[in-house]
Order: sequence, then structure tokens, then C-alpha cells
Amino acid sequence: MKVHEYQAKEILARFGVAIPRGRVITRAEEARGAAEEYGGKVVVKAQVHAGGRGKAGGVKLAKSPEEAVEAASQILGMTLVSKQTGPEGRLVRKALVEEALDIDREFYLGVVLDRSVGLPVMMASRFGGMEIEEVAAEHPDAILKEHFDPVTGMAAFQCRKLGFALGLQGETFKQFTRFVAALARAYNDTDASLAEINPLLITAKGDVLALDAKMNFDDNALSRHPDIAAMRDLDEEDPFEVEASRYDLNYIKLDGSIGCMVNGAGLAMATMDIIKLHGGSPANFLDVGGGASQERVEQAFRILLSDPAVKGVLINIFGGIVRCDMLAAGVVAAAKKVGLAIPLVVRLEGTNVEEGKRILAESGLALESADTMADAAAKVVAAAQ
Amino acid sequence: MAIWVDTNTRVVVQGLTGKEGQFHAARCREYGTKVVAGVTPGKGGQEVDGVPVFNTVAQARAATACNASLIFVPPLLAADAILEAADAGVELIVCITEGIPARDEVLVKRSLAGKPTRLIGPNCPGIISPGKAKLGIMPAHIHREGTVGVVSRSGTLTYEAVDQLTKLGLGQSTCIGIGGDPVPGTNFVDVLAAFKDDPQTEAVVMIGEIGGSAEEEAAAWVQAHLAKPVVAFIAGQTAPPGRRMGHAGAIIAGGKGTAKEKMDALSAAGIHVVASPADIGLTMARVLGRA
Repeated sequence: MKVHEYQAKEILARFGVAIPRGRVITRAEEARGAAEEYGGKVVVKAQVHAGGRGKAGGVKLAKSPEEAVEAASQILGMTLVSKQTGPEGRLVRKALVEEALDIDREFYLGVVLDRSVGLPVMMASRFGGMEIEEVAAEHPDAILKEHFDPVTGMAAFQCRKLGFALGLQGETFKQFTRFVAALARAYNDTDASLAEINPLLITAKGDVLALDAKMNFDDNALSRHPDIAAMRDLDEEDPFEVEASRYDLNYIKLDGSIGCMVNGAGLAMATMDIIKLHGGSPANFLDVGGGASQERVEQAFRILLSDPAVKGVLINIFGGIVRCDMLAAGVVAAAKKVGLAIPLVVRLEGTNVEEGKRILAESGLALESADTMADAAAKVVAAAQ
Repeated sequence: MAIWVDTNTRVVVQGLTGKEGQFHAARCREYGTKVVAGVTPGKGGQEVDGVPVFNTVAQARAATACNASLIFVPPLLAADAILEAADAGVELIVCITEGIPARDEVLVKRSLAGKPTRLIGPNCPGIISPGKAKLGIMPAHIHREGTVGVVSRSGTLTYEAVDQLTKLGLGQSTCIGIGGDPVPGTNFVDVLAAFKDDPQTEAVVMIGEIGGSAEEEAAAWVQAHLAKPVVAFIAGQTAPPGRRMGHAGAIIAGGKGTAKEKMDALSAAGIHVVASPADIGLTMARVLGRA
């Protein structure tokens, strides 16, 4: 799950990560009070779940309370289009007004799970403000890495190693090492999957603060963190995906025209791949789960069919423990209930497949039955032309 | 031979009294697997379909000499169940549970490091040595005893591959789902190394997917150590970056972990990479000269 910058900072602050003073606003006029409180000079930042806000005009510096209101009125209500939002952009509903600080240097600091090692890794780089992937590609030696044990957190010596490597000294060095330890704690204790400070700011006075902050959380652990789960912003998610998540369906919207309904995530990806190999384009990823009960298939149909781009549907189900005849009956009942009006190709395989195919054939529905994945892909691509 | 499970495997099912545990334990027994005990804290002394239930894995081990555990406990309790089985000295742990927090998996991996216990999964279909033993939720009847080893990060896609093999007359030595999570207990390389040493295994089907670098690590290992032929498929060639495709581990992050990178690495290592999931069985038949 993703959260907004202001929410990430709120969480980080609880763990002792230093952040600038700031306030979230939904109306432009509210920027005035914030600016007055912070001494006039502020930065107004659009709050959307996407990067690249600065280049897209979603971050503005204001030198007075009046300018702050003006900046906020430009940002609130804008449709922000960046590399990460896609061409349709995102409507900005909230902005963060923060005190403007004098910048001396900017660094990068971030924690992710290093899957090949099986441990979280703290990464630091002197190229603040640059995407870490770009740094990795252009200056691979500039990324400092410290793996840490989630039980002990970042050891003091590890924090010092990073501080010395970045050339920090004195009070700034001390603040930095505390900052690093706090960030590791925040990542660990909230079951985060990403905690990224980019840029990390060293002010002209030598203070260390999180200028920007991004946190993602492990969906599997959200039930342990009801306070964080409550930060979910449905406005930032695809409406089809929100609807699917209500029924525990694993659905991801794509931009093609063939709706797919598959049991199992790996088989669902493979089904998308084979549609592409046959010249079609998948409209979605959808895993209905191992059981693929009638009710789930029915809800899945509703979601697939509410996407106007879908011109044909492919159901690919490998019935293992669940028998194909039961699956077929469920598909037929669900298709009848939703009044399917576009081509449907069904490929069933597994236990009792012959009986399943008979049920499909005798259903009276205008569906095509397929024997193999390749056959199914070819048929649905042809039917959706 | 086969690897890791055979007719000597004696299974304790953690979570036997739950719906899933009871259902799948019965299917495993039907297949001939020796399910000797169940564990559910607080339900010790009961029986499920004639199998005795214990309060702790240690008690189950003392009473039944179980040497493998099959876990069906809910996600937030699963890490503890794995640690309990390892503590009791159980040699092989197969964790079916999906939805375990990644941090729990990191702690489990740290805790098992250096111990003789092997963990398969979590979030996996389990392991089957056809004709010998099944510890998992896969449909047994699609398998045939034979010489192809199968290792996969997926569930139903593995069944698809196995089904293709069986229909072409290619049986399997052992089929293992290593699971779709970011920190699996057993990786491709662990399984490939075991297949290398298994005289029954003549060739390997490897099914990977987007996310992480386990396939690239496997490619490097195969190139250096494995003379047996490998056929590979990578799911997610059309997956968009930055999105988790069902499995917690199936995500292209920071431009890394794409299907293309993996397919290129596998091809460069001399592995037979198929673009279409429909071609897994046929390609293996060709590689083995049986097509």
C-alpha cells in the first residue's frame, strides 16, 4: 500500500526522523496561515501517489503568505501529469505547505528488502534528488549499502560508516547517524516495503531533515497496523481495482482489449503472455483464486465487463482439486446472470474436464470452448477483432 | 531416488484441525503419504480421520518420529509454526500458507540459517515425488513417475506444465513449488543442486516469473554446474512495471526483475527458454529426443 508524502512524514516523525514543519491543506486559503506561521517562505507540494511532481508543476516555492495562497490555488485542483501518472494524470486534492529551508547539500537515503540476501538494506548516495535507479545505472559506485538485521536494526557503527563515507562532520554527522537509525526503525516497525528519503537535506545551518519522503507498506502486514491501513486513499487507486479488492480478487487494469480470468497468479501472467504472443493485448491481470467459485467468477465478470475497452473474455482455469464440472457450472451461471454480450472463450483443464466441456456446450451460451492455452489465445484474439 | 520426499517421509500437519489442513491431509494420505501426526495448540489428544493431534511439534516428533511438516496455519501465525517445527528438529518444512508478512519471512530465514532444516515455501503448492509421496495441495492425478524434475515459483502454472509433460509421456522425478513470496526458504539453486545429484532426474523444467533475481542466479549456477538439460519459462512478459502481479514477489521494481532480463540470462546459460507457456512440454520432449 502507498501513502502520501505528508502521511509518510507523519509516520517517520513518530520514530524520530527529522522532518520540516508543515501542514496539509485542501483549500488554497489555508496556505496563508501556514506561511505566516513558518515565517513567510514556504513550499507548496501536490499530494498524489506519484513521483515527478516537481517537473509537472506540482511543487512551488512561495516567498510570502499571498504567494503561498496563489501557489496553492494553482496546485489544488490541477491534473498533475508526470512520467509516473500516465497521460491521464491525477487530480490534486491535497497539498502540503512546508517551511522553506536553505539548502546546503542533498543526499539520498532509502531502505528496501534485498531479496537476494533476504535482509533489508539501507542505501545512501551523495546524488540526492536523482532516482536511485538512475544513480545505479550511471554511478554504481556511488551507492553505499548496509544490510541490517531486523532484530537489531542499523548498528551504530553502520550509521557511522555511511556518515563518514558521505563526508559529514560534527553536529551534522551526529544528526545524520540518528536519522539513519530512526529510518531503519520506522521501516522495520511498520512492516514497510520501502522507506525512501530523496532528497535528504543538509541545511545551511547543518541540520539534517527529510525534504521528501516516500513509504510503501507490505499489504500482508497491514492488519498489524490499523493506523497505517486507515491511511489508504482510494482516490489514488484505479476504480476497477478498488472494486475488485472488495471481493478479494487480485485484479490489475491494463490497456488492452482482452479480459482475462484465470486461477493462480503465475498462470494468469502466462495467460496474458500467450494472448500477446497471438497478436492480442490483455485488458487486465485477474487471479480468481484456486477455488474459482461461482460467486467469485460472477464478481470477476462484472468487473471485467465494466471496462468498456474489453472486446472479448478468456477464461483459463486449471482445475486441480476443484473439479472442472463444478467450475463450468459456475462459469455458465455467472455468465447468464451478468448477461454476457461479448465473445467468451473458456479453456478448462484438469479433473473431470470432459464433463465440464459438456456443461459449457449445452449451456446455450454463445461461448467457445478451447482445448489448450494456445488454442484459447488464438480463438479469443480472433473473436475480439 | 527423487529428492527430499519419498516413502520414508513421515509427515506432521500443522493446522490439521482446520478446514484446509484436514482436506489436504486427507488427499496426501490417499496418495500414500505417511501422515503420522497433526499439531494444533490446545487440541492435543484429539484425532482427525484417525491421525493423532498434539499440542506441540516436539510432542508429535517424540511420539511419531515425524521428519517433515506440512503447514496450513493462518498467515500471521505461520512464521511461529515454522520456527516451532525447526526447533523440534523436523528436517523438512513445507509451508503452504499465503500472505505471510515479508518481515516474518526475513526473521524465519535468519533463524533457520546454519540449521539443518529445509523450508519449502511459503505461499507454494508444496512438493511431490510421483509414486512416492505428496506434501502439498497439487492435484496428484496429473503426475506420473519419471525423470523430469520440475521447479517453479507458481502453483497452477506448474500444474499446467506437469500436465503437458504427462500427456507427452514424460513423467516427473520430483515437482517443487518454491513459492511466490519475496523471501522463499528454498531457492531455484537449492533445488537445481539437488536435481543435479539425483540419479532419477534426467532433465529439469524451471518456471520463473518477474521480480527479484533468483532466475539470474539460477542461470549462473546452471552454466557453472549443471550438465542436465533445462527448459525454462518466465511468466510476466507482458506485466507492467511497479505492479505486484498477485504473488507478493512478482513485481518489477526500479526497472529490475523483468521477464526479458531473466530470459536473456537463462538463454545465455544454455537453457532452453520458451516464450509460450504452451511449449514447455513439447520443448522438453524435443530436448530429450522423444518428440
